[in-house]
Amino acid sequence: MPARMVAVNRILEREQLAPHVFRIRVEAPLIAEERRPGQFVILQIDSEFGERIPLTIADADPEEGSITLIFQAVGKSTQQLAALNVGGKIANLLGPLGRPTEIKSFGRVIAVGGGIGVAPMFPIVQALKREGNRITTIIGARTRELVILESEMRSVSEELIVCTDDGSYGRKAVVTEPLAELCRSERLPDLVVAIGPAIMMKFCVETVRHHDIPVMVSLNTIMVDGTGMCGGCRVTVDGETKFVCVDGPEFDGRLVDFNNMLKRLEAYRDQEERRLHECRIEEVRE
Amino acid sequence: MSRATPELLEREATRLLNSIEGAELTRKQRLEIPQQTIPAQDPVERRSNMSEVTLGYTEAQARLEAARCLQCKNAVCVEGCPVGVDIPSFIQAIEDGRYAEAIAIIHRTNILPAICGRVCPQENQCQATCTVGKVHKDPLKAVSIGRLERFVADYERSTQGSGVPEVKPETGKRVAVIGSGPASITVAADLRREGHAVTILEAFHRPGGVMVYGIPEFRLPKAIVEDEIHTLERMGVEIRTNFLVGRTRRLHDLFDKDGYDAVFIGSGAGLPKFLGIEGENLVGVFSANEFLTRSNLMKAYDREHAETPIFQPRKVAVFGGGNVAMDAARTAVRLEAEEVNVIYRRTRTEMPARAEEVDNAEEEGVRFHFLRSPKRILGNEDERVVGVECLAYELGEPDDSGRRRPVPIPGSETVIEVDTALVSIGNDSHPLITQTTPELETNKWGNILTDENGKTSMDRVYAGGDIVLGAATVILAMGEGRKAAASIHELLTSDSDDSA
Ligand SMILES: Cc1cc2nc3c(=O)[nH]c(=O)nc-3n(C[C@H](O)[C@H](O)[C@H](O)COP(=O)(O)OP(=O)(O)OC[C@H]3O[C@@H](n4cnc5c(N)ncnc54)[C@H](O)[C@@H]3O)c2cc1C
Ligand SMILES: Cc1cc2nc3c(=O)[nH]c(=O)nc-3n(C[C@H](O)[C@H](O)[C@H](O)COP(=O)(O)OP(=O)(O)OC[C@H]3O[C@@H](n4cnc5c(N)ncnc54)[C@H](O)[C@@H]3O)c2cc1C
Ligand code: SF4
Ligand code: SF4
Ligand code: FES
Repeated sequence: MPARMVAVNRILEREQLAPHVFRIRVEAPLIAEERRPGQFVILQIDSEFGERIPLTIADADPEEGSITLIFQAVGKSTQQLAALNVGGKIANLLGPLGRPTEIKSFGRVIAVGGGIGVAPMFPIVQALKREGNRITTIIGARTRELVILESEMRSVSEELIVCTDDGSYGRKAVVTEPLAELCRSERLPDLVVAIGPAIMMKFCVETVRHHDIPVMVSLNTIMVDGTGMCGGCRVTVDGETKFVCVDGPEFDGRLVDFNNMLKRLEAYRDQEERRLHECRIEEVRE
Repeated sequence: MSRATPELLEREATRLLNSIEGAELTRKQRLEIPQQTIPAQDPVERRSNMSEVTLGYTEAQARLEAARCLQCKNAVCVEGCPVGVDIPSFIQAIEDGRYAEAIAIIHRTNILPAICGRVCPQENQCQATCTVGKVHKDPLKAVSIGRLERFVADYERSTQGSGVPEVKPETGKRVAVIGSGPASITVAADLRREGHAVTILEAFHRPGGVMVYGIPEFRLPKAIVEDEIHTLERMGVEIRTNFLVGRTRRLHDLFDKDGYDAVFIGSGAGLPKFLGIEGENLVGVFSANEFLTRSNLMKAYDREHAETPIFQPRKVAVFGGGNVAMDAARTAVRLEAEEVNVIYRRTRTEMPARAEEVDNAEEEGVRFHFLRSPKRILGNEDERVVGVECLAYELGEPDDSGRRRPVPIPGSETVIEVDTALVSIGNDSHPLITQTTPELETNKWGNILTDENGKTSMDRVYAGGDIVLGAATVILAMGEGRKAAASIHELLTSDSDDSA
């Protein structure tokens, strides 16, 4: 009798969306069946020495038994993932993890996605739209070619505002500018969703803090297991310690201690950079 | 202090063994045989490697140590063993050189002797009550039952490899076993032997529970745990890794969607406790679970190959006095920390860690600060740890556990400069399954409630190990697994009788 059941986790499709940004569709029937918006997976490329990294499930097709991941190749593990071709296998894939987003009718929602954060935001906005919410989406990116999922986002939003830092596309602005303007209009939104780099989420929260509107953020802390057993993902929320992988990943941003989270994200910075540097040297040698 | 090398110990043991070989030993002669020292890696050398610290008895040493046993009629040692290993009989078999028989005797009640021999807190269990220790008025002079158990288990592994237990004809019944720690391994083996189909569902990518992610290689080589897992696989137990019950599948869906006939929950006590003091979320504060998982499961100690980074500790404070704290401290030593301080609020005698590990830690240069407890963790402007402020304690009246309660001394704050703090004050039960299965009853600590047969408040659902006991031990988890397996087997058998 065959003993160890290994899920195949085969890559069915791979597409590059922008420089360093990739979309892959992966065979994962069980995860596709159970997943709900807001949830993520943890994957590991090499069973022996690989790192376990969290990625949001951007979409899922339960019929086909597949999930879609969109990721930015920022370091060693995401670069290795980007290097896998169609037919390639991800050694380990665990999920769906985290609490699903609370999807209900809020009314008017402003969704702010920064950089790769647009990917985790898409399924949430899609589900919010389905519940009848009216959505204004703000997409921010450093430059034109880093704007992703624009047409997908447009299809689920009443209004879409694109900003780039360098003005190469859409407005030349950071996302908090249109956000502040929208909050100055006579009707305040009922909910703000902000997903992107921690620093962006922090400033989105600050921008609307005086308005007493909930700001839902999805935190991207460092994780190991994703099941609640290491505490590496912990953040301070309303003075209490929470584990992002099981209590989150979404929280009301107004209660999150972003300064502490930003510092914690840097805990391994030196080592990651060294590792990446070494792997670039290897690439050059090859 | 000069240490006896393994060669020296072996030479001495062989000489002594030859001198008594064949003779009928009197009780007095047996009591005169010196307790055998376990050969170990040199403390200086082992500080920089992950290999097992203790090397195990040689054959001559094992037979001599076995000869110290008085074969008591009223074998009190057996009562001290949570699974009731027939200690005098297996020790007699070792003395006589019948090792295969010795291992067979142990296997009747304990399926993981190579592991238990290494990690059981013997001084509180089988060896606590041993007559020889009593005669010498020193429990540490008891017969080294655990080391003998390890000796035969290793002997068997190295000579014939562990055999595959016989499996009865298929019953057509299917059981899902959640988790793959010692409780689950025992349940899987016992039920598979009866011919039931068993699937282990494990959240991590590697099976073994705490024995692979928590307890370090230098104390329990992973190859031993892997061997036990392979034995299960060869018996036909199916193992599905990367499967988190509560998320990948809800517990009731294991019945509704997947059609299992019974479920065993052995999900352990995996939720790290924190102290709730100021500064606990600073950069440089880790739960022992995280630190150990990075090092063991993710192999971060192997800096050449591992992708998972680990914080480079220089000066370390470890909070706690149990096995978890010792493992965290000694792992920090091996990751080249310059200074490792264990901070424990009681005294050495109250430390729950295995005595051998406390000695080993001390030999490796770990410093102990007793009657101290962290009050807050100090950080700099970058939110990185720079020190721990501790309060001194004194021992007051005994508490419910019978241990004297530590009482803080006001105004006794002192600061230890460190850049890393490892919180090792224990683990609570893992809440994911109970959160997603409201029907399961738990106590106020979140442990799943079971009856004396290991059955939970839910029909066809059983539980055992740390998820029921709270953080306990490998052998207790196994004992619980054995009990639950027996009742699951009974349930499945009565199902078949009903349908017949
Ligand atoms: C719940 C969750 C969902 C996520 N979803 C996505 C997603 O859908 N798409 C996506 O591209 N990324 C996502 N991330 C972030 C992703 O996990 C990290 O980018 C990845 O772990 C980096 O691994 P690496 O080895 O390639 O880079 P590393 O070498 O580990 O790091 C490279 C750089 O990225 C920084 N970094 C490391 N980990 C994180 C992190 N968790 N968040 C932010 N920066 C980090 C490091 O400080 C370093 O500067 C998510 C994170 C979480 C916690
Ligand atoms: C660092 C450390 C050192 C220790 N040292 C000793 C020692 O020297 N001697 C001793 O006797 N005891 C020791 N212990 C305690 C001992 O390891 C435990 O008591 C024992 O392992 C408990 O066994 P278990 O079967 O209940 O579960 P565990 O070994 O805890 O295994 C539980 C498994 O279940 C998995 N799991 C959890 N939730 C889910 C889910 N929802 N779905 C699927 N899988 C899940 C986990 O990933 C894990 O693999 C130590 C513990 C630690 C942490
Ligand atoms: S299983 Fe543990 S307690 Fe029992 S005899 Fe062996 S070492 Fe002692
Ligand atoms: S109590 Fe000690 S001496 Fe007596 S049988 Fe047990 S191990 Fe042997
Ligand atoms: S990632 Fe380990 S507890 Fe959240």
